[in-house]
Amino acid sequence: MIEGLIFGLLSILTLAGAAAAALLRNLVHCALSLSVTFVGLALMYLSLGAQFVGLSQILVYIGAVAILVVFAILLTRGAGALTPHRLIAAAGWRLGWIASVAVGFVLIVALVRSPLPVSGDHAVKVTVQQIGQALMGPYVLPLEIVAILLTVALIGAVIVAMPEDQKEMR
Amino acid sequence: MNSATLDQFFVLLQHHVAALFPTVLQPWVSMILGVVGIVAVFPAIFALTTVLERKGLGRMQNRLGPNRVGPFGILQPIADAIKSLTKEDIVPRNADDVVHFLAPVVLVVAIFLGYAVLPVGRNMVLLNIDAGILLFFAVGASTELSIFMAGWSSRNKYSLLGAMRAVAQMISYEVPLLLAAVVAVMMTGSLAPTAIVQAQGGFTGIFPHWYVFTPWGFAGFTLFVVAALAETNRSPFDLPEGESELVAGYFTEYSGFKFALFFLGEYLGMMSIAGYGITLFLGGWGAPFSFLTFIPSWAWFFAKLFLAIFFFIWLRGTLPRLRQDQLMNFAWKFMLPLSLLNLCVAAAWRFLGEWLGGGTVAELIRWLVCAAVLVLAYVLLARTLLRQQNISPRSYRYAD
Amino acid sequence: MLGEGILKGLAETAKNFAGSFVSEDRLTTVEYPEQRLLPIENTRDFPFLVYDGEDPEAGLRCVSCQICEKECPPKCIYIVKSTDKKPDYVGKPQFYPARFDIDISVCMSCQICVEVCPFEAIKMDTEFELSTDDRFGGLILDKHKLAKSNEHFQRIHPTEAAEVDARLAEEKEKVEAKAKAAAEAAAAKSAAEAAARKADAGSAGSNAEGVKP
Repeated sequence: MIEGLIFGLLSILTLAGAAAAALLRNLVHCALSLSVTFVGLALMYLSLGAQFVGLSQILVYIGAVAILVVFAILLTRGAGALTPHRLIAAAGWRLGWIASVAVGFVLIVALVRSPLPVSGDHAVKVTVQQIGQALMGPYVLPLEIVAILLTVALIGAVIVAMPEDQKEMR
Repeated sequence: MNSATLDQFFVLLQHHVAALFPTVLQPWVSMILGVVGIVAVFPAIFALTTVLERKGLGRMQNRLGPNRVGPFGILQPIADAIKSLTKEDIVPRNADDVVHFLAPVVLVVAIFLGYAVLPVGRNMVLLNIDAGILLFFAVGASTELSIFMAGWSSRNKYSLLGAMRAVAQMISYEVPLLLAAVVAVMMTGSLAPTAIVQAQGGFTGIFPHWYVFTPWGFAGFTLFVVAALAETNRSPFDLPEGESELVAGYFTEYSGFKFALFFLGEYLGMMSIAGYGITLFLGGWGAPFSFLTFIPSWAWFFAKLFLAIFFFIWLRGTLPRLRQDQLMNFAWKFMLPLSLLNLCVAAAWRFLGEWLGGGTVAELIRWLVCAAVLVLAYVLLARTLLRQQNISPRSYRYAD
Repeated sequence: MLGEGILKGLAETAKNFAGSFVSEDRLTTVEYPEQRLLPIENTRDFPFLVYDGEDPEAGLRCVSCQICEKECPPKCIYIVKSTDKKPDYVGKPQFYPARFDIDISVCMSCQICVEVCPFEAIKMDTEFELSTDDRFGGLILDKHKLAKSNEHFQRIHPTEAAEVDARLAEEKEKVEAKAKAAAEAAAAKSAAEAAARKADAGSAGSNAEGVKP
């Protein structure tokens, strides 16, 4: 009963945040609404007992991704400037619709086809230690690949951002 | 009352009060009591800190500091509270009023959340969860967003500049802060603050097993303190709210109670980060000597907390503010490499312990090797960076 | 070495911190309402009117010439001239201000009124505890509030007051000397006249020495 209520409230929070992020006209408001969605998701993970995932969600998405989005908005265009209404119906809107429907379709299919336990009895309590052992054991290769990918991306970003004359010097 | 009862005094009190309620409500009541305890005690320490800070800074500058309200000015915070509560709450006409209102609320709520997993004494932690340290860093990261909200919604160039500085600074110093904290987590093998405190609980002779007494622990502690200063916007890293440059930075456009909330948030953040520093490296609520264990654990924690706060005040009275480029260089070129190296040293410490086996000589070798690596790295890095800096008289391109 | 300067600085502030408890000489401030530093001689804030002697009404130097009112850049002085006259410090009958108001919320402490006053009647004060709960009426100082004795002036600006006093004394001496001379001349004249009259009355026939100048 209480779980259901909490789930319902969190769903409303998450979906409202997502809707606001898509519909609000002020870009910074959109970014802040997006972080509300992130918080909603994190709380949902926490309510399911997945502490590590939930807290990592806050640490990474609120602490880094949301800030990154905000920085990108502030550095690229007049922050606080309202987006005109016609942007929603801009030239590429059909393409946008197609892309979003496709992504949604893939997600729904993946969700429907994956075997999820129906009741809470099957849920295993996963501790942080188990996650760590899994990452260092069977999943060490994917972890390292992701790490290398991120490092490459980081170095690439630094080189792109480096002033031209310093690039010549190297 | 013996020392064990005194040690558990607040825990027993909580149980007794909760026992007065029906069984269904008991977990809720004890939870609420814990929350009330945190919400009452830490703001009270904040109030005390503001007056101690003003008096301490005054003494460091050969002044007396506030001494009018009450004996020795100790009631000054009450006067300040009355002042800020009765002031007009001004919202700039152009401000984004919803975000402007939410920013201080989000900040204070996020910072209070961090106290939920802070062990302030034996068995005295509100939420004993596995990933406690992670929770602290997660809510610490989300304060950045509220600072950005405050700065952006004010529609004031000083506020926005302050917010941008704050966010850039906090993101930069969060990396060394996390990496410095990770060594303690690595050595304990747990993310739970209570487990970390317990791991430091033993004594050799009369000396405790605090992490700060190991080479990697000392380096980690130092890095943690520096990063914590930056993370809480304390002097010498107070660029986001440098009065002489940005009025008050991101909360320039706040007045009255909202201003007080920012002030509260800042000090609560400072105390919580000091509390975690104590938990991670200074043995949490443990006594500093084995013969002092009769003093209650919570007394030790708060004594250490006050010492940490005094150290912060002392630094504020001593150091001048950094420049933005110095701040960034220090974070990325000095703090980050050293904290990464410290991680490796901590790992080496662990494996050296396994290879060399026990014994005093093996311990000594392990200690010396790890210390030598860290000191060498510190000296080399510092020298290289200082040489690169080429300190010389300042030349002005346009002013001459 | 990196960090050395920080340690030195910490030692310095620690020394200050401990030292401020043991040595009073270190403290650079005083506790204001109880302890006060003497004002520097050239301090000035708002003007006041100087009077001589005991009575602020009778001794007021101001003759209501209204030069200061006209010269005041922010126009904060308001003077109403009297209809009758009263003797000034040398005894010469002069007008006096029936009303003399200065609005110190407008005054900008420029001291121009002091410089233009030919009678040394308006000077700058050092009184700074002027806070009031009435921002309009409370900051308009009238003749009674403005009038302060010459002794007050001597106390707050000793050098300037000595100069002014010397000049006034010299002037007074001059005037007195003149008056004395005039009085003497008048006395001589009247004596001569009296003598002549006496001679006239004594012997109408024999006026050998008499009115002839």
